[in-house]
Amino acid sequence: MKKYWKIFYNGILPSNPVFVLLLGMCATLGTTSSAMNGLMMGLATTAVLMCSNPAISLLKNLIPDKVRIPAYIVIIASFVTILQLAVSAWMPGLNATLGIFIPLIVVNCIILGRAEAFAGKNGVFASFLDGLGCGLGFLFALTLLGAVREFFGTGRLFGLAIYPEDYGMLLFVLAPGAFIALGYLIALISAITRKKS
Amino acid sequence: MKKLASTLPNMILSLGLITISAGAALGGMYMLTKDKIAAQETEQRLTAIRQVAPPFTNDPVADSEKVEVGGLPFVVYPAFENGRFNGAAVEGVTMSGFSGEIVVMCGFDAEGDVVDYRVLRHAETPGLGSKMEEWFRDPAGARSVIGKNPAVTNFTVRKDGGDIDGITAATYSSRAFLEALRNAYEAYREIASANGLKLSGAGASGSDATSGASKQQVGSSDKSGSGDGRHERGRKNRQERGLHKERKGAEQ
Repeated sequence: MKKYWKIFYNGILPSNPVFVLLLGMCATLGTTSSAMNGLMMGLATTAVLMCSNPAISLLKNLIPDKVRIPAYIVIIASFVTILQLAVSAWMPGLNATLGIFIPLIVVNCIILGRAEAFAGKNGVFASFLDGLGCGLGFLFALTLLGAVREFFGTGRLFGLAIYPEDYGMLLFVLAPGAFIALGYLIALISAITRKKS
Repeated sequence: MKKLASTLPNMILSLGLITISAGAALGGMYMLTKDKIAAQETEQRLTAIRQVAPPFTNDPVADSEKVEVGGLPFVVYPAFENGRFNGAAVEGVTMSGFSGEIVVMCGFDAEGDVVDYRVLRHAETPGLGSKMEEWFRDPAGARSVIGKNPAVTNFTVRKDGGDIDGITAATYSSRAFLEALRNAYEAYREIASANGLKLSGAGASGSDATSGASKQQVGSSDKSGSGDGRHERGRKNRQERGLHKERKGAEQ
């Protein structure tokens, strides 16, 4: 039981995909202009990780080592496309906010990274937990980054006005603000985790 | 089970099986969702039309017509209320936004006044150009375009000598948005005249008198015509539309 908890928790803080491993930066910086966008991208990525990790773990013995990367990519891309079709068919509201981000998940290296580093070597249930943990870690990081950028950029948090928009620093909503906010958040998270250990 | 060795037949077999089953899964999912997705898209477009167009009882999507203005495709969704031409929603596009394409849906009534608009798609700077969804309906100053007529009001930003206040620090986006609206009006005018409704051209700074007159005419028929004028016009619409349909049929 403790072993499984460790696998799950590992992705959330000790090896957080964004703050510690610095994986999937393109999606991270591009989609976090608001807390809601970050949360949505995190949810979609978690959903794909929860499917792709067990599936790859299940098939790992059927895939010869030399063709594992194309095989993984095909499996991941299929899950992403299925998710995209399902969301646009049955959840039009979600599709309006999330639609453009879903295809980006294919090129997110966290998914392939977890398949390569964990699911290809471990059991199905452990891979599922690893996918869930990493997904939630990614979701946490993106929501936090999105919230910081939205708060400083527009004076809002999840769309709720905290202070008048005119006092916001537009820079934070634009690309340079993403780098600045991410840099400070990485420093903050590493300061917290280092103190613990 | 032992891991398969990386021999050529094994690799071909394994990758082949994975791609075939992935293809089958995707194909199945596509078949399952195809109709639903198409229905959602029509519903979304219809919702946008309902938000901006004057009241209608027809199916604007089925009656829609494509018009080309300035080399860009505009789609006019005419609104008929019990056979009477009531105005239209126009889906328009401009490529001159600060970050390229801006797609708007703008509704006009029978007089050519803007009923309402929605920005369907854009990539303008967040916090600046992206304000256009709220800005051009804000009653403050001369920002709002709602209820204004492109034939009377010059739909150009003040900076360029027009009558509309552009978004602060987003003149490019404002110019592009107003250009899309002007062109949408041109597309609307074309369809309106096909329905027996004469409207004067957009940005008519020198022809204020004529546009005023044409507006008054429509207004007076509203008050004194006791519905006769409208009825007449409605019948003409139907006839013209019938002709148009026939022509279409002949072409096919």
